[in-house]
Amino acid sequence: MSNTSALVIFVAAVFTNNILLSNFLGMCSFLACSRQIETAAGLGAAVTFVLTATTALNWAIYHGVLVAGAPLCGADLTHLQFIVFIAVIAAFVQFVEMFIERFSPRLYLSLGIFLPLITVNCAILGASLFMVIRGYSFAQSVGFGFGAGVGWALAILLMAGLQKKMGYANVPGPFRGVGIAMIVTGVLAMAFMGFAGMVSIQ
Amino acid sequence: MASSPTGGRGACAPGLCGGRGLATFKDGLWGNNPIAVQILGVCSALAVTNRLENALVMGGALVFVITGSNLVVSLLRRAVPRRIRMIAEVAIIATFVILFDQFLKAYHPEMSKQLGPYVGLIITNCIVMGRAEAFALHNGPLVSVVDGVANGLGYAAVLALVGVAREVLGTGQVLGRTVLSPEWYTPNQVMVLAPGAFFALGFLVALFFALRPREVREARP
Repeated sequence: MSNTSALVIFVAAVFTNNILLSNFLGMCSFLACSRQIETAAGLGAAVTFVLTATTALNWAIYHGVLVAGAPLCGADLTHLQFIVFIAVIAAFVQFVEMFIERFSPRLYLSLGIFLPLITVNCAILGASLFMVIRGYSFAQSVGFGFGAGVGWALAILLMAGLQKKMGYANVPGPFRGVGIAMIVTGVLAMAFMGFAGMVSIQ
Repeated sequence: MASSPTGGRGACAPGLCGGRGLATFKDGLWGNNPIAVQILGVCSALAVTNRLENALVMGGALVFVITGSNLVVSLLRRAVPRRIRMIAEVAIIATFVILFDQFLKAYHPEMSKQLGPYVGLIITNCIVMGRAEAFALHNGPLVSVVDGVANGLGYAAVLALVGVAREVLGTGQVLGRTVLSPEWYTPNQVMVLAPGAFFALGFLVALFFALRPREVREARP
């Protein structure tokens, strides 16, 4: 894993190892917010930004503080990674929210509702955990975080388009809503499996 | 119905959550099943169900974490100021998740590797937070524990069902024992891979929905 370039990881995270379609992360907001294309695009952009930044931040904290023999604290604190990561993510989202509110009230109004939702989007925490498990370097982590975000945004945008079309379909009763959304996502995931031979990360 | 808003989903109808004892138990397991009815915590339900064994371990993890967090949140419900309750809940949940993760790493390192990040992701599993917010915060410790166990079991049951379906169709085996003989059944690899998870859960949600009484069905989006 150590010598894969960040660009390759980026491409892999978008297509072959899409965080939503092959790792199933971020399903809740994916199912709830994929009815309108504008909403999906706004949420996708916000997730991409937070994902990239928190993966980088968490990398710095993990390798600077938590890992055994780290420069800032020698003891092995890796068992605290969950709680530290989630705190970093929550704090970062809060900070971004205040920042946007102060400097671009317009963007705040259009994004406002989605920002707090991002804290509990498991794609964000998942990306940080994958970064630790796969032992990425800093550049690789940024490539992965950004790629995961773009991949998630791509998936939710595709889904929003499909949901729009599906409004005209006559879906059998019990499948209406979540059932059919799940099955359509399965077909999407199958389509993305076509990329599998291109590049691979574990 | 097809274009109804998503507002109702995940929110817990007040009449359903105020039950006691047995009612609470039945509600978590069936009436308000966290995955199939409330569509919460879907990520892990999809990710760890490629084998029944993984699904069972994950189900056990959820029972432990929800029960523990419900108990502690309920005990502390008068001590924690409302404004910081979210962060307190997250800290409590994370503590139980860390306990389980350390246990798994120490005694079953293989399983811990297979589940990968999904044990840690229990922290962001909406079911746990949802039960803490919707139930434990307003109820006594005993009934909160019942609610935690029931919701954990409800989650585990759905995971086990999806796990069985995927393992049988994908490999022809259950827990290493051959069920569908390879002589006449060609394992459908797709069921073990990502798309199979979506298909299996999609059909299961539809099944749960179809088995419900008509008035409940029509009330839901």
